[in-house]
Amino acid sequence: MSEKVKSERKEKRREASFAKTVRRHWMLLAMLAPAVLYVIVFSYVPMSGIILAFKRYQYNGGIYFSPWCGLDNFKALLIAGKLGQVTRNTLLYNIAFIVLGVVFEMGSAILLNELHNKYFKKISQSLMFLPYFISWVVAGAVMYNIFNYERGVVNSILVSLGAQPFDLYNTPAAWPFVLIFLKIWKQSGYGSVVYLAAITGLDQEMFEAASIDGASAWQKIRYITIPSLVPTMMIMVLLSIGNIFRGDFGLFYQTVRSSALLQPATDIIDTYVFRLLITNSDIGVSAATGLYQSVLCFITITVCNKLVKKLDPDYALY
Amino acid sequence: MADNFDVVELEHGKGVHGRDELAIQIVGYILIGLFALVCLIPFYLIIIASFTDESSLIQNGYPLWMKIKDFSVQSYQLCIKNPVSILMAYGNTIGVTAVGTFLAVLLAAMTGYVLSRKDFPWRNQISFFFFFTTLFNGGVVPWYILCVRYLHMKNSYLGLILPLMFSVWNMIIAKTFMNGIPQAITESAKIDGANDMVIFAKLILPLSKPLIATLSLFSALAYWNDWYNCMLYVTEEKMFNLQYYLQRMLGSAEAMRIVAEKSGMALPSVPLESMKMAMTVIATGPIVLLYPFVQRYFVKGLTIGAVKG
Repeated sequence: MSEKVKSERKEKRREASFAKTVRRHWMLLAMLAPAVLYVIVFSYVPMSGIILAFKRYQYNGGIYFSPWCGLDNFKALLIAGKLGQVTRNTLLYNIAFIVLGVVFEMGSAILLNELHNKYFKKISQSLMFLPYFISWVVAGAVMYNIFNYERGVVNSILVSLGAQPFDLYNTPAAWPFVLIFLKIWKQSGYGSVVYLAAITGLDQEMFEAASIDGASAWQKIRYITIPSLVPTMMIMVLLSIGNIFRGDFGLFYQTVRSSALLQPATDIIDTYVFRLLITNSDIGVSAATGLYQSVLCFITITVCNKLVKKLDPDYALY
Repeated sequence: MADNFDVVELEHGKGVHGRDELAIQIVGYILIGLFALVCLIPFYLIIIASFTDESSLIQNGYPLWMKIKDFSVQSYQLCIKNPVSILMAYGNTIGVTAVGTFLAVLLAAMTGYVLSRKDFPWRNQISFFFFFTTLFNGGVVPWYILCVRYLHMKNSYLGLILPLMFSVWNMIIAKTFMNGIPQAITESAKIDGANDMVIFAKLILPLSKPLIATLSLFSALAYWNDWYNCMLYVTEEKMFNLQYYLQRMLGSAEAMRIVAEKSGMALPSVPLESMKMAMTVIATGPIVLLYPFVQRYFVKGLTIGAVKG
């Protein structure tokens, strides 16, 4: 009896202190409200919408009142037989983006830092940053200008040299190179600035001490600069690994367009979902694919973070 | 950034010491120079193509360099002669960018401030409430259906503004920055009787100018370059933004229809290929012109919020 009374009292006290805290911080809570509301509406409510993957969507029923259909959407997805291909493409492209991204971004940051000529450094850094500022639509226009079969710059050159024109849009095998190039082209300037900022933040005494000890320029890079950049690299890589099953929709959509011929080499989960949703209006199956992607992403980031935490807690994301 | 270079310069000294340093210099100038050129060339190609006569484009393809005899401003003339749809697209982009950026920065800064307050009891729980959305989400399908069916964002400016209005990463940058502002400022203002809103608006925001500059840039760039939401939510031509308008221009058939309709020209005489490039220049121009001025803030901004949850 007395136990019960005690716990009731405790409960009441907790409620009272909760109300008190709310009253004391009501203005802070009010300032938080818009963002909290936003995240509830645009992130948490759609999370509840994953039930669509198990439903046969009907316009009248909407997300919550359409009839259930068990695993039919997933079965249809498997029968369509594209899942393996798009998953593999997404994964391989992202691995290439991450690995080459680190190489190019870190490499150019280190080289930029070594160069003596101030103006050269400034100008080339500005130029390298330029592609980051354009949209994928404009990148698509660049592709059109360069690789268009009838009028593209590449073919103008080939024809004027007497060679056969090259039809990129009929050559699936060339696309991985083109897409990887475009991605690196567009993001490296940004990435190299991040690394360069990390380099300029390093303690200059380390380098001075190394010079006094007779270290060569290359040794300083190898034994001081690169190891010092590892934390920055870990964070950048970890962030991208978390999204390794999420493709860069703009890159693939604006450059490949809707060419069925190129799909084996260029179709990723995101373009597949988009096609199912917008072109085929196949809401159930596209929701199922989306759920599959979200779960894959969640598992990767959780496992990755756990591993990193075990190795070195400083690098963990959360 | 440039200021920081000086430190490095001093350390190196002006001369080149040792064989491998010379090698690094040579390799560095060549590789960085090449990289910079590769970044520049596409812009150059597009600009000269936009100034090239259509018949030359049809015959010889997009040029590698400007030939005086093929110089033509016809494509731009056509854009200026019938500016309504282009101006409308510009108007939409500028309006949405201005409103969206203002709201996005305010939202990120305000939320970041509350979560940086050490005396706010639930800051860890609410931070995680935000961060969790970056770990798991419902995917594009439920989101799209929610926006179209329940929030009626189709053909509404909300469809262009809302999806980019809040980013957890920007909020984290704001929080990280504001963690660096001494809590004593908030505390002493509290003792003087100021409420939280006043403290935020009158004390914290003025101290956060670098943060605001950076967040504004990130958001403005996202809004200016957005075509995705326009593609999803907008079907009415008068609401197209610049990027989406360009995307449709690049699809040939569509461009043909637009240009012929607007100019009243016979289809074969429409300078389609140079128009595409001219439109690209027109859509990218402001960003590239603004770019040298904003670049340093951008670089600064990257260093103020070490992005970490």
